[in-house]
Amino acid sequence: MSDKTTITLTVNGVPRTIACVPRKTLADALREDCRLTGTHVGCEHGVCGACTVMVNGAPVRSCLMFAVQAEGAEVRTVEGLAPEGGLSVLQQAFIDHHALQCGFCTPGFLMLITGALQKDPDMSDEELTEVLSSNLCRCTGYRNIVRAALAAAPAIRASVRETAA
Amino acid sequence: MKPAPFTYYRPTSLEDAAQRLRDGADDGALILAGGQSLVPMMALRVAYATELIDLNALDGLDRPRVEGDSLVIPTLTRHATFHDARAAPAPLGDLLACVAAHIAHYPIRQRGTFGGSLSHADPSSEWCLVTATLDGTVCLLSADGPREVAARDWSDGPMSTTRDPDEILTEVRLPLPEASASWGFYEFNRRAGDFALGMALCVIDLQDDRITAARIGIGGIEDHPRRLPEAEAALIGRAFDAAAMAAAAEAAMRAVDPMEDATTSAEYRRDLTGTVITRALEAARLRTLALADPA
Repeated sequence: MSDKTTITLTVNGVPRTIACVPRKTLADALREDCRLTGTHVGCEHGVCGACTVMVNGAPVRSCLMFAVQAEGAEVRTVEGLAPEGGLSVLQQAFIDHHALQCGFCTPGFLMLITGALQKDPDMSDEELTEVLSSNLCRCTGYRNIVRAALAAAPAIRASVRETAA
Repeated sequence: MKPAPFTYYRPTSLEDAAQRLRDGADDGALILAGGQSLVPMMALRVAYATELIDLNALDGLDRPRVEGDSLVIPTLTRHATFHDARAAPAPLGDLLACVAAHIAHYPIRQRGTFGGSLSHADPSSEWCLVTATLDGTVCLLSADGPREVAARDWSDGPMSTTRDPDEILTEVRLPLPEASASWGFYEFNRRAGDFALGMALCVIDLQDDRITAARIGIGGIEDHPRRLPEAEAALIGRAFDAAAMAAAAEAAMRAVDPMEDATTSAEYRRDLTGTVITRALEAARLRTLALADPA
């Protein structure tokens, strides 16, 4: 009953073939089988959002998906955010606005914000702020995460629209 | 916090899934849709499956469509599909968009499904409230063939439905409200994204400034969402004003049998019933005024 299934998925543009038992979550497969430990595992039941990644363009909780369900999927993790030799606009905004302290929740927030604006570039600043309530941060009190997200949002929206055009 | 071991089956069609479920349901095989409730329950070991039959790879089960005078919502339709009010004709599209924004959080809405919500049947399920209030129809499929269940016959107690263990929910049909109908929704919870402590949805038809038809549904108050005929009757034939709304709220508070839990008493929920109904009706009344005077 716990036989491994071989699956092929694309992570940050790189095709990967891994073998997982059905009960292994996508979060654990990314960390243990793809050796991409930027995706953090917090609550393991969908509440904290630390494990947020993008699957086929939408930000999702990777602890609430089994790896076998990602067969053929395009997955993007925090390791795929930064351009060669630099940081994404959002990553830089997190530094500029002191939007992290311990950093445990940060990969989840980065993928949540990037994913939400990629999926819905027309969402308002108010809606984006509401989206931030999806994830938990125990250090910052959220204020600086909101500041960083709103500061980076115009550049992310412009880049998404440019790619779509 | 890891689910117990299970086998995984990816069906080639709904019929294939129904046959597989017929063969495995007695042993504990379950259908996997969005997984946003089932997977955490499995991780917490409050739900177990010997096998998960995953519908997600099946095509054509995630786009709502209009058939006759109904909106047909296939089972894998994600909550986030209704972020766009154009997913259904007005005014239903706007109603569903408003309600969808209250379901859990944005990433959960990307994967959670309409059919999954109906099957899970949480007392605070927004989609169960919508289906009950609009008198929708739940469509099921087993190895023996299809079956339909009216929304009022769907619940079988808290988090329990009249679906048989070997039946798959394939789609939900919602009757389209009149284009002239106005609607209101109000949900109360203590934190953004939490389960509703109480919520109300109403759909109101007016003719010559009198209420000719009213639907009022509540969720999060009793063990399943349902219409409140006593509150609806209090509105019929009246002007849509504060006195009518107060009469409906009073009737509702008398009619409900509220749940009680560690943090929220039954009396609190009874009081909340009146509040959420009044606020939902007020939202509908404001829409009525906007329809009458678009400027």
